Amino acid sequence: MTLTGALDAGTELPADERVIDVRDLRMRYGTRDVLDGVSFAARRGEVLALLGPNGAGKTTTIEILEGFRMRSAGAVSVLGVDPAGAGERWRARIGVVLQSWRDHGKWRVRELLKHLGTYYAPYSTAAIRRPWPVDDLLEVVGLIEQAGQRAMRLSGGQRRRLDVAIGIVGRPELLFLDEPTVGFDPAARREFHDLVHRLTDVDETTILLTTHDLDEAEKLADRIVILAQGRIIADGSADALSRQVAGETEIRWTRGGQRFVHSAVEATPFVRQLFLQYGDDIGDLEVRRNSLEDTYMKLVLESEGGLR
Amino acid sequence: MIRSLRIGLARGGIELKQTLTTPTDLWAYFFPALLLLGTVFFMRNAHVPGTTFSLGASTLPGVLGMGLALGGLMTVSQQLVVEREDGTLLRAKATPNGMTSYVVGKAVVVGGMTILSMLLQLIPGVFVVHGLHVSVAGWLTLAWLIPLAFLATMPIGAVIGSLFDSPRNMALAVLPIFGLVAISGIFYPITAMPGWLQGVAQAFPMYWLGLGMRSVFLPDSLASVELTHSWRHFETFGVLAIWVVLGMALAPAILRRMARRESGSAVAARRERAMATMGR
Ligand SMILES: Nc1ncnc2c1ncn2[C@@H]1O[C@H](COP(=O)(O)OP(=O)(O)O)[C@@H](O)[C@H]1O
Ligand SMILES: [Mg+2]
Repeated sequence: MTLTGALDAGTELPADERVIDVRDLRMRYGTRDVLDGVSFAARRGEVLALLGPNGAGKTTTIEILEGFRMRSAGAVSVLGVDPAGAGERWRARIGVVLQSWRDHGKWRVRELLKHLGTYYAPYSTAAIRRPWPVDDLLEVVGLIEQAGQRAMRLSGGQRRRLDVAIGIVGRPELLFLDEPTVGFDPAARREFHDLVHRLTDVDETTILLTTHDLDEAEKLADRIVILAQGRIIADGSADALSRQVAGETEIRWTRGGQRFVHSAVEATPFVRQLFLQYGDDIGDLEVRRNSLEDTYMKLVLESEGGLR
Repeated sequence: MIRSLRIGLARGGIELKQTLTTPTDLWAYFFPALLLLGTVFFMRNAHVPGTTFSLGASTLPGVLGMGLALGGLMTVSQQLVVEREDGTLLRAKATPNGMTSYVVGKAVVVGGMTILSMLLQLIPGVFVVHGLHVSVAGWLTLAWLIPLAFLATMPIGAVIGSLFDSPRNMALAVLPIFGLVAISGIFYPITAMPGWLQGVAQAFPMYWLGLGMRSVFLPDSLASVELTHSWRHFETFGVLAIWVVLGMALAPAILRRMARRESGSAVAARRERAMATMGR
């Protein structure tokens, strides 16, 4: 299955609306292409999820966009600038949520955010006041009570919220999150999703996040780009992706003690036909439209099968 | 640039305040001071060979010089390696002008820690041993020697720190540095060393910082037990200046190269390796 129609969706955006514009990106390690012909775009204010299984190339892609890795080939523009040679002014306009370990452990939460904010002050504009006032920021990420605590005394979830606060203290126009909820329990994940929703409510920040969890991508993203084996295999809103695969509906039934499975584009006429033909002999009827999850799994498997 | 400098100074100030309010850090300052004071206490009644001057008193200034060198070389390199592993450096890189301020802040905090450690050794030290004295000329010497000590050692420390990927193989750097301590006339007179070792010692800042500090605190008559029977301020300045030039030439490029390699996945990989080693 290919979803080539969807692949063009990203590039239909007018150039000046593209906060991220990636064309034919290639990353090669030795003789192996880890990314091959990757193209996608993100619109201002959009939450874009880069979805894919482990080893798909998500981290590689996001680090190229962050300006932390040099690409092998292709054109990349982030906020109108090539990250490979971007300066500090560009750096001030983007935010990166890093997965911390124990850095700045002795710093108190407020002290750290206030200090990191000072780096952004020279890049304040009439439209975007930088940095984010510390008290507002603490409120947004829900760390008001921990403001005076040392970072090393925070719980895991609080520490991740501090990581987010650090990522957005400069009021970024574009925020990067690489697998932000990996290792979270369901409650912490829910809380984190709420935080991301809150962020997109208060500011028109464009967000690019990576995840290997379809459910997370569906919950957070306006648009999903599926990456597998270094290639983009689908690109569109969760709805659009579902609709494109809705062509596949699975119908299961039994007749005379035997099980049957059939895939049909239009389930209704098929089932009507089935009953006209066999009537009461039909039992255990199941009609199941392919979920996006089925599609994702199928796409991933196909891309693995197709390349190996 | 001025702004980055100012933010870096603020950063160093905050970190200095933090270390002074962290009990384990304080212990790390007091412990060597106690060790040293104990040592010079037991040496106080011995004499520098051929003189009536207290051996303990003559050792203390050299140790202060060693402290300057170790602060610049070891503290800087260790902090750099640790903070590269824990992601502090990556955060600096992800922040506009963050690396400049990080480096300035590091210089401030290590400089402050080193001077603090020195005072913790010196102030009780003058009560334990007798004969230490600083003249007006001595104060002037301190005024150029200490900044020069930091300028000569910190960039080299940063270079050493950039070369190691993990705090756990830093021992490779620590051993040669302690070798240098052994041959630099800090605890044992350099004049008793074979000529070629004297030559090696004199190529590095350690020896000259020990000598410089002795020249500040000891009576001029004790220059007679040094090589060439003089304090050799001119040579001290010259050798340290060469190290300043060398460090300043190497450090920025090497630091930049190191920073270029930092990314979320690089830190994650290091974290995993560290976890694996700790788990074992
Ligand atoms: N520095 C590197 N050298 C060689 N191969 C790499 C390097 N970084 C990543 N890869 C390979 O590229 C592929 C994609 O990795 P990555 O972008 O981390 O995937 P993801 O984040 O989607 O799990 C993996 O197969 C990985 O082994
Ligand atoms: Mg990854």
